[in-house]
Amino acid sequence: MSATQFQLLNGLTFAALLFLVACGFTLIFGLMRIVNLAHGALYLIGGYVALAAIGKTGSFVAGIAAAAAAIALLGFFIDRFLLGFVKGFELRQVLLTLGVAFVLNDLALVIWGGDTFSVPIPQGLQGPLVLGDFAYPRYRLFVLGVGVLVFVLLWLLIHRTRLGALIRAGVDDAETVEAMGVDIRRVFAGTFMIGAALAGIGGALGGAFLSLYPTADSEILVFSLAVVIIGGRGSLAGAAVGSLLVAMLANFGQVWFPELAYFVIFGPMALLLAFRPLGLFGRAA
Amino acid sequence: MSPRRLLGVVAALGGLALVPVVFPGYRTSLATEMLIFATLAMSIDILAGYTGRTPLCHGAIFGVATYVVLYYVTVMQGSPWVGVLLGVLAATAVAIVFALLAIRTSGVYFLLLTLALGMIVWGVCLRWTSVTGGENGLRGSVRPQWLADPANLYYFMLAAGAIMTLAMWRFVNSPFGLTLKGIRENETRMRTLGYDVSLHLFIGFTVSGFFAGVSGALYAFFNSFVSPSTVGLAQSVEGLLMAIVGGVGTLFGGLIGAALIIGLENVVSAYTERWSLVLGLMFIFTMILAPEGVLGKLSQLTLKRRR
Repeated sequence: MSATQFQLLNGLTFAALLFLVACGFTLIFGLMRIVNLAHGALYLIGGYVALAAIGKTGSFVAGIAAAAAAIALLGFFIDRFLLGFVKGFELRQVLLTLGVAFVLNDLALVIWGGDTFSVPIPQGLQGPLVLGDFAYPRYRLFVLGVGVLVFVLLWLLIHRTRLGALIRAGVDDAETVEAMGVDIRRVFAGTFMIGAALAGIGGALGGAFLSLYPTADSEILVFSLAVVIIGGRGSLAGAAVGSLLVAMLANFGQVWFPELAYFVIFGPMALLLAFRPLGLFGRAA
Repeated sequence: MSPRRLLGVVAALGGLALVPVVFPGYRTSLATEMLIFATLAMSIDILAGYTGRTPLCHGAIFGVATYVVLYYVTVMQGSPWVGVLLGVLAATAVAIVFALLAIRTSGVYFLLLTLALGMIVWGVCLRWTSVTGGENGLRGSVRPQWLADPANLYYFMLAAGAIMTLAMWRFVNSPFGLTLKGIRENETRMRTLGYDVSLHLFIGFTVSGFFAGVSGALYAFFNSFVSPSTVGLAQSVEGLLMAIVGGVGTLFGGLIGAALIIGLENVVSAYTERWSLVLGLMFIFTMILAPEGVLGKLSQLTLKRRR
């Protein structure tokens, strides 16, 4: 396997992780018009929770489940008890979640300290997968699989289920849905929890190959922002394409210009904004 | 300017001039820091208050100037004043690039985009170790000899701050500034009236970035040290919080906001390392309780009483 193929796979698997994190972000942003800047902090805390749960139970699956449940609960509290105060004021909502991000990040620093941790990879996923000439870390391929699975499940949820229909209806006209006897607030609370849980799962999976440290939350947040800015808000396909673009650029950028890797994702974002300010798949509100 | 207002300005300046005499030593340097951040907060207010676009990239613009000054003076052994000039130019250049991209968006999108742009600057400063020193940053005294004394530095910053405040005051109250306010209130109407909205936004953004750059360059004199946290999100957030606490759209509110937050940071840091927690909590409570800021809240209360 050539070095380029290896890098391509690295980009692809990183894209899967980015998608996991960014799709929760874009779901909340697109459907509820809430920009949750605490999303990166939710990712980081999800990773720490998974680490703790795996340490206790020794099971990787339990770790992921614990992260998803804990972060969904945290999301519920943020949505119900903090965002409830500033309903309808977009800018105040964003700035409030920014405050939440600072608080959560600092709390994580108090609880887990400033050291770098890695979520342990389960036995069956360690080492490379070797098929003739092809050799690549199993765990990263697993993350790729999870990314694809989540994409399919979310698509089915939104387009093929009653809950999905309610969410879509609520986005277009919340009052009418409410008049038809549906508790739209509950639907939106559920959406927020799903989005938060995805950040938690992302943290658990990402904690194993990107590792967890105090600034990991803002790094993943910037990547997610770039994904959503490129893909357009609320679009699953946009999040997928955006993740691919950002991950490939970040990955090859790191190989070609190690010191300026961050700068490379700036290029397509700038270009895209010049022509499509709402992103590739974005539509005006 | 009415005589009463002139009297107020003279009294305020006179009071501020007494600081090094009344509060010598450490508290003078605290006041110096407040002055520097007050200009940063006011530069943010030009956008957040008068243009209706809330930026989260001013910490990055501010910090770029600090980086350039420190790099030019300590690494390239240049003169501090040329360094300041270059720092302001670099910050303005960054602001121009940001402006070109950001003026296409508004509302939450503007906030997100400027956040991402600012974070890119942070990432570059963190990773471009050969120039920026990475996490260790750049250190070295860049102050000219006659500013070595803290009191002199304070008076210098007071003069610079007063000039910049006057310039910003004139800017937001000029016909151009009124056009910006018009854009804030109703973009479509301004466009229909024949104003080039994008051009106005671009110039407004660049001017705001220029002032943030000046305060960043002067910060190099004060701090003699720069690291990625100077360009980080926390810096942008702190600046914005100063503008919001002081009241957006009041300009002078930035002065009060900066004094409050730097003062509080100082008190909190004496007891605990959890400043970032306190900052976050303040943001949450300000958004819930007093989004119009302390000055805004006060003027609201006095208006009610008058009625």
